[in-house]
Amino acid sequence: MNAPSITASAQAAAVTRTFDLKAALKDAFRSALITFGLSIPILSFKTEQSGADLYLSSRWGLALIVTAIVFGLRILVHAFTASRAYRKATPSPKQATELVHAQPSAFQHVSKFAIPFFLGVAVAFPVLIYLIQGGLNESRYWIDLGILILTYVMLGWGLNIVVGLAGLLDLGYVAFYAVGAYSYALLSTTFGLSFWICLPLAGILAAFWGIILGFPVLRLRGDYLAIVTLAFGEIIRLVLINWVDVTNGAAGISSIPRATFFGIPFTAGEGGFAETFGLEFSGMHRIIFFYYLILALALLTNFVTMRLRKLPVGRAWEALREDEIACRSLGINTTNTKLTAFAIGAMFGGFAGSFFAVRQGFVSPESFNFLESAIILAIVVMGGMGSQIGVAIAAIVLVGGPEVLRNLTFLKAVFGEGFDPNEYRLLLFGLGMVAMMVWRPRGLISEREPSVILKERKAISGSLVKEGHG
Amino acid sequence: MEIFVQQLINGLTLGSIYGLIAIGYTMVFGIIGMVNFAHGDVFMLSAFIALIFFLILTTWLGISSVVLALFIVLIIAMVLTSLWGWAIERVAYRPLRGSFRLAPLISAIGVSIFLSNFVQVAQGARNKPTPPMVRDVIVLFQGESGYNVAISYKQIIIMVMTAVLLSIFWYIVQKTSLGRAQRACEQDRKMAALLGVNVDRTISLTFVIGASLAAVAGTMYLLYYGVVSFADGFVPGVKAFTAAVLGGIGSLPGAVLGGLIIGLIETFWSAYFSIEYKDVAAFSILAIVLIFMPSGILGRPEVEKV
Repeated sequence: MNAPSITASAQAAAVTRTFDLKAALKDAFRSALITFGLSIPILSFKTEQSGADLYLSSRWGLALIVTAIVFGLRILVHAFTASRAYRKATPSPKQATELVHAQPSAFQHVSKFAIPFFLGVAVAFPVLIYLIQGGLNESRYWIDLGILILTYVMLGWGLNIVVGLAGLLDLGYVAFYAVGAYSYALLSTTFGLSFWICLPLAGILAAFWGIILGFPVLRLRGDYLAIVTLAFGEIIRLVLINWVDVTNGAAGISSIPRATFFGIPFTAGEGGFAETFGLEFSGMHRIIFFYYLILALALLTNFVTMRLRKLPVGRAWEALREDEIACRSLGINTTNTKLTAFAIGAMFGGFAGSFFAVRQGFVSPESFNFLESAIILAIVVMGGMGSQIGVAIAAIVLVGGPEVLRNLTFLKAVFGEGFDPNEYRLLLFGLGMVAMMVWRPRGLISEREPSVILKERKAISGSLVKEGHG
Repeated sequence: MEIFVQQLINGLTLGSIYGLIAIGYTMVFGIIGMVNFAHGDVFMLSAFIALIFFLILTTWLGISSVVLALFIVLIIAMVLTSLWGWAIERVAYRPLRGSFRLAPLISAIGVSIFLSNFVQVAQGARNKPTPPMVRDVIVLFQGESGYNVAISYKQIIIMVMTAVLLSIFWYIVQKTSLGRAQRACEQDRKMAALLGVNVDRTISLTFVIGASLAAVAGTMYLLYYGVVSFADGFVPGVKAFTAAVLGGIGSLPGAVLGGLIIGLIETFWSAYFSIEYKDVAAFSILAIVLIFMPSGILGRPEVEKV
């Protein structure tokens, strides 16, 4: 934002300005003071409970440590900005024109090689893990993690249709995930339908709900749309909790039938998967099957999205995202365009939900709270709203990152035995969302990939598009 | 009849709390056009600040007068929560001004997640009960079936406090130069800046005012319910936002009116229909109002400029 607007005089001023230690210290001191002020009640006192009474204990040390950290960070930020300002102000002749252009992203060239690479890793993942860990049962943790990440990749891609392509901010996406999960859970436990029949049914039901919820909100835009979809998401969750006759309330639905390998169950005995294929029985077969199932579902989502982008409806979505009024003036039926986006996005959410139910074997309303919606939205936004590969990377970082944090045992050595990094997962998550918006509001991969090209394929920088300024 | 009057009193109390939170939403939306999603969590944070200082004052410093303690707690909570409000605006929203439209909202969701988990990590996940601070009730009249209609001192404190603070802030917005600057920024930020209004400072002060009113609401919430947990910010936050929308977003009296209506609807719904679905009722009102009456009761209809 500030780079193109630097004037000649500002540049001259920036050249002479080197790292001003005194100003940096002053500012860092001020920030530290504010941090200390902020930490006074919440950090420096802890309320503890004994019986019915609360009592306080003070821990000023912690508050001081946090203050010191902020002080240090602030000085580092100053040093960093000073050196960057210096570099910007003294450009080498080669980059003399750089300020004029929209800044190219560091990730611009990544996607060309990244897509085959990621695909290869994703397909070979169980084999790689099997080789690294040296056994099926040892690799269970990693494959479970892979399934979790892929579920979020799929949800991210599904929401990407609504948020990234059509530009409709949906904070209640988890509602469709819930509809899918409960569809499978209820249909299979009540009517005994198999997973392969329920999967499309769950998708259809979720799409149906997408239209029902989408219809009233057609006139709303931006923040209002976000809040109403949030309200819908919460309503669905509250109904799932309170409609005990059907959903079994907060206790959830358990003992959901397991998926079969196209009719062959994963059991040890006669006619089971292991026996049919002449393998030794292992519980891991089902897990690996789940892995490939969610991978296939996610890739299906991606494939359909990529194809839809080239169809008139996909182009209408993107046009709608960039400028709704222009879109209407050109005769695009915005009602249908928005509803198809909601319905198709919801359908993939429903698929993912039904997969979730069959993998867990148990669903309860607590899995579908607002935080889940926020995480999926964060994945889409950090991925760069509309970029498929960006969403995948963001899902790996956001879902896999906390797991890495959990495994860093040296953190325990630093902070003591009672330290559980998982507690800080959401804290860092919230901070990450803010930092991402401040640092790179258009996500990791902000380029727009044109769906129509003349001779040469050029990426369009996200900062050149009009979206959202209307 | 007795039940009706009793619920009316309860509803007005609850509505006052919602109204106080709703003002924060409505002022911020009015001035920079964003839904400050983190406002509900600022409210929750302020309830924690109030809780901690109430404990400090009563157990460590041994202040026995509850009214005095409450008064000091209120002042401290307002100051510290304002600091939070200011810091949040400075760190998470100001760098995004002029960025694309959804960026501040997403940043606000991040702040909301951060605040609730910060409190969870720092203070633990369990509910924090306080000993009842004010117990006395006034029996207004006795029903035929022996059902007493009563108003408690804390309900009186809450309603009076709300009325007093609202008049003060109403005065600030209508009569002082800060209020004038605020209304100018609301109409046209660029023009206000050209005419010498310090827009950044005005926006910061808007956040400070919103946060300090949320602190009053938080203290009153603690006084009324006597228990607070880290997750208590989300639902009251959404309800207060509903109140702000219902009253007409951007309108100060609208926010209070909306808060009272939401509070009344919620208590009457709980009393006469089902307590389980009271949140569903509130969320449905939000959706219905936004769909059919987006400008609210006292709001100005939004004109779409091309």
